[in-house]
Amino acid sequence: MIALGVVGLSVFVIPLVGLVGRVPWSDLPEILTTDLVIDAFRLSMIASVSATAISCVLGIPLAFVLARVEFPGRGVVRAIVLLPLVLPPVVGGAALLFALGRRGVVGEPLNSLTGLVLPFSTWGVIVAATFVAMPFLVITVEGALRTMDRRFERAAATLGASRWTVLRRITLPAIVPSVVAGMVLTWARAFGEFGATVTFAGNLQGRTQTLPLAVFVALESDRDAAIAVSLLMVVVSLIVLIALSDRWWGRVS
Amino acid sequence: MRRRPSSSWLLLAAVVFAGGCTGGGSSAGTSTATGTIVVSAAASLRDAFEGIAAEYEAANPGVRVVLNLGASSALREQILEGAPVDVFASANMANMDPLVDEGMIEGAPVIFASNAMVIAVPNGNPGGVTGLPDFARDDLLVGLCQPEVPCGSLARDVLSSSGVVPLVDTEEPNVRALLTKVEAGELDAAITYLTDIASAGGAVEGIAIPDVQNATSLYPIATLARTSLHAEASGFVAFVLSDAGQAILARHGFTPP
Repeated sequence: MIALGVVGLSVFVIPLVGLVGRVPWSDLPEILTTDLVIDAFRLSMIASVSATAISCVLGIPLAFVLARVEFPGRGVVRAIVLLPLVLPPVVGGAALLFALGRRGVVGEPLNSLTGLVLPFSTWGVIVAATFVAMPFLVITVEGALRTMDRRFERAAATLGASRWTVLRRITLPAIVPSVVAGMVLTWARAFGEFGATVTFAGNLQGRTQTLPLAVFVALESDRDAAIAVSLLMVVVSLIVLIALSDRWWGRVS
Repeated sequence: MRRRPSSSWLLLAAVVFAGGCTGGGSSAGTSTATGTIVVSAAASLRDAFEGIAAEYEAANPGVRVVLNLGASSALREQILEGAPVDVFASANMANMDPLVDEGMIEGAPVIFASNAMVIAVPNGNPGGVTGLPDFARDDLLVGLCQPEVPCGSLARDVLSSSGVVPLVDTEEPNVRALLTKVEAGELDAAITYLTDIASAGGAVEGIAIPDVQNATSLYPIATLARTSLHAEASGFVAFVLSDAGQAILARHGFTPP
């Protein structure tokens, strides 16, 4: 059992070793302070944090609906919500392009009403990141809502608390750890997003080129830069995952 | 420059599979040439080389042609790693030269086709694009391939030779991705290969670039020195250079060298 576990762990460790072994350590400060990397880092942060915020605003209510409201076809709706988890991101990006692009079924009226064009803009990057990442928040929060002990809510209601008070004082505090865990997963997925972004939003430094896109471009021209930026992504992601997993996932379990 | 061993393993698997499929029937051929040759060809050659492979197989009943299509740079890396390839057709000399330097090419590569650049616009030309200067217009969404890939460097050559500083909205990783965004109407204009217009099947219109400003990609083809099927491989190269092969290439928008 332990032996297989170690083999399982090696699946994740070996690629990291391969990456770290090729890092051009002496050139690292120079590479990571180029305009290209700074622009991409800034854009990745904006996109991943925005996607996480939007996912909270829209995803938590959606999780409530899926967990608490009985309606026909709920299984199908849940499957649609989870689809971006299994769909190749590039397929998602193409779907976004045909729906939300200038000629898309939703994008065309959106454009004529507001003048907003999502492809080739930072908004498009945020939309792509939200599309692929929000399911992580919905699935985590919905799970928490389904498994939480509903007797506290019923007790509060019998004691005369309004539905709003029950939600605010009982339900939401109970799911906070899951919301935070979901936010971490959502942020991490959005931070690493590549396929939907390049397909839907394109690739332009400072506007739509996030860190993963910068890595992809650099792989064909400047291997050292690609490895350096990859290392940056690994380190940033690890810091966030370690810091928050000790604090929150430890508490959940 | 070691990378992507997986691609050559996949190729090896494909070759073994294809060989296994034809092994039983090849002895029935009456031609002296028998066997399965692997032709690594630039992705832009796909439609033309499918036609050429079919006609070559029909003319040589014992021979099977397996096409391995991809970016010329990726195909070059596979061959340098030792992928079992018999013929290489590249979209430019830059990806053929390293193989020549390594002594991996039999004889010298021969230029068999050329492909000019063209302005691609969506059907109906909604942006009212008339020429290269439109790439500097702020009100249009325009795209190029990223500078690292051949279509991107050629497009930049074309623009700089006409003195246009483009306001680019996206730099796509390859010409197919660029073309998709033109087909969808999301880009008002892009610079692609002339042959891409034909392959887009009516969803994209081409606006010619004047010859003096245009850039051309020359496609070289060569037999690899390590091939064990010299007759079949050089027969394929000869067929590409023959009138019949050139006619197929012309049908797909390529011009003779």
